[in-house]
Amino acid sequence: MKRIFERIIEFALIVCGTITTLVILLMVIFLFKEGTGFFRNSMVEKGYALCVQEENPVDELTSAQIKQIFDYEIENWNELGGNNEAITPFRLEEIFNRYPEEEWGENYELLPGKLEEIINETPGIIAFLPVQYLPKAKILHDEHLLPDDFFAGSEWIPTATPAPQFGLLPLLMGTLWVSFFAILIALPLGLGVAIYLSELAGARMRQFLKPAIELLAGIPSVVYGFFGLVVLVPLLQKSLHLPVGETALAGSLILAVMALPTIITLAEDAMRNTPQAIREASLGLGANHWQTIYRVVIPYSISGISAAVVLGIGRAIGETMAVLMVTGNAAVIPHSLFDPVRTIPATIAAELGEAPAGGAHYQALFLLGCILFIITMLISITAEFISKRQPNGLG
Amino acid sequence: MTKQFILSTVILLTSLTSMEAQKIKGSDTVLPLSQKEAENYMKEHPSQTVVVTGGGSGVGLSALIEGTTDIAQSSRKIKFDERQKIQAGGQTIQEVIIAYDALVIIVHPQNRVANLTREQLEGIFTGKITNWKEVGGDDLKIVPYSRETSSGTYEFFKESVLKNRNYKSGILSMPATGAIVQSVSQTRGAIGYIGLAYINKHVKAIHVSYDKGKTFTAPSIVAAKNGKYPVVRPLLYYYLTKSEKQVRPFINYVLSPEGQKTVSATGFIPL
Repeated sequence: MKRIFERIIEFALIVCGTITTLVILLMVIFLFKEGTGFFRNSMVEKGYALCVQEENPVDELTSAQIKQIFDYEIENWNELGGNNEAITPFRLEEIFNRYPEEEWGENYELLPGKLEEIINETPGIIAFLPVQYLPKAKILHDEHLLPDDFFAGSEWIPTATPAPQFGLLPLLMGTLWVSFFAILIALPLGLGVAIYLSELAGARMRQFLKPAIELLAGIPSVVYGFFGLVVLVPLLQKSLHLPVGETALAGSLILAVMALPTIITLAEDAMRNTPQAIREASLGLGANHWQTIYRVVIPYSISGISAAVVLGIGRAIGETMAVLMVTGNAAVIPHSLFDPVRTIPATIAAELGEAPAGGAHYQALFLLGCILFIITMLISITAEFISKRQPNGLG
Repeated sequence: MTKQFILSTVILLTSLTSMEAQKIKGSDTVLPLSQKEAENYMKEHPSQTVVVTGGGSGVGLSALIEGTTDIAQSSRKIKFDERQKIQAGGQTIQEVIIAYDALVIIVHPQNRVANLTREQLEGIFTGKITNWKEVGGDDLKIVPYSRETSSGTYEFFKESVLKNRNYKSGILSMPATGAIVQSVSQTRGAIGYIGLAYINKHVKAIHVSYDKGKTFTAPSIVAAKNGKYPVVRPLLYYYLTKSEKQVRPFINYVLSPEGQKTVSATGFIPL
């Protein structure tokens, strides 16, 4: 009877393990499938095309050029290798102001004719039209989104029409920038606390401090974000006389506080794992307490400490909500700590709600997810690798 | 004990399915209004259930196209291609304006600038005007705040004020209206846009002109109602013509004087 019971439990455990692994694998596959689909989208919004007059010599435009045309930043065709002629951007909605509703026909069947009229009347026109109502005119060659535009693009404007801009650089730089400074702040603090807790603090002090630090890890990230927005941001702005308080610095500070518990707990555990015999040997050789700490305990536990740091970085890079609230979310490549930045997780969280399922924007967000996944995976692998290494020369 | 529990669950489930729940989905701007209306409506008609969820105007309309909601609430007009999709499915769609909302442009209370034209606003939000002294204020950097791209407010502001031009790249974007109010109230050079209902004494509302500076109007419910204040948008319900019978009682309730009272109480502009 007992035997059967054990068998059942064993089987249940195997099923649990398999299901979990499968789910994780499927999620990763799904993520990458959606993400790579991004490059099958065309540059111009799906279902639309760009038309010009037959005589216009320009055949194709880059996605950045299209955006600049419709923002009236490029105003003459000669800037694009065409004739010296002013560009007139035209959107479909404008036709509804020009002609009364009756003239389009019941199901818009007269629309292409009207559009053709407009295109023929306006020499420098570039019209942004849905494909089912395309008139007889020259249609600009529509290319797929290029990896270059994504990986080297410096503008993230996913809702720009007709040509949305999906540039990874500002988001990636923003993420790394914020995380880098967060670790720079958290590292000395975290290691200091860890050393104090494991080597110097009395039993009473440790009993109080340890749970307090672990409590930090239990605070929901949105609470950190709220605290940051209401307290930290105005404080930074006033004390440093900044034009904006929502900066990379605010994000870094909040992330540093959030990464602290991870770093402290793991580093302290690693230090406390130093065998008592080694410590006593060091003290027995005449080294004092402090010398023992930095010549024996820290070198012995260096792999554990490094793993703690790397996991702290991982925590900082993946954090979403707190960063979304305090960094200002401006998609620009940061030049200083006092610039607003936009991180990858914050972008996904803020934009997924409205991105139409299956569209280029939606898939771009998945691609961002893939990149985040690769970064955090690299970090975890590094942590694993470091923590498995034998302590240097002492092991 | 367990038997009783199972029995009661079964009864509960069958009673739930037998009730005809109306689903409303879409804009987060309209969400508080719809929720309040649904609550009052269900108090009057205890046999009816109305379920309201948010997600954004686009989400609501695509749910309507897929048939997973009965009413789509929206803070912008239906787009051309969304209408196309519905026609392609052989359906026709009905539009009802349930209230109006005015967008207010706000600045820090200590800012000297009180009036701005649409062209100046466009310059500020597209990044062509970067200092307050260019529009008659102090020598101070302008810090424009925008909403996230998922919001209908973002789209409406872009359409109405920016004339479909793109926001300057790297504009500060906040996840919620409350966050914009908070940030503008604590940043000297800030400018942002919010719904009329969210305005408070920590921020200053700008008088806006859409006629190149001839008349500047302060935002208020009265000015929005008589058409003097220009940045006004309708809040809409969309439903498929075939489900007219099912959704009309609730919509009629919203349009009734009592329903419109709720509109004013939630800070929107009644019809």
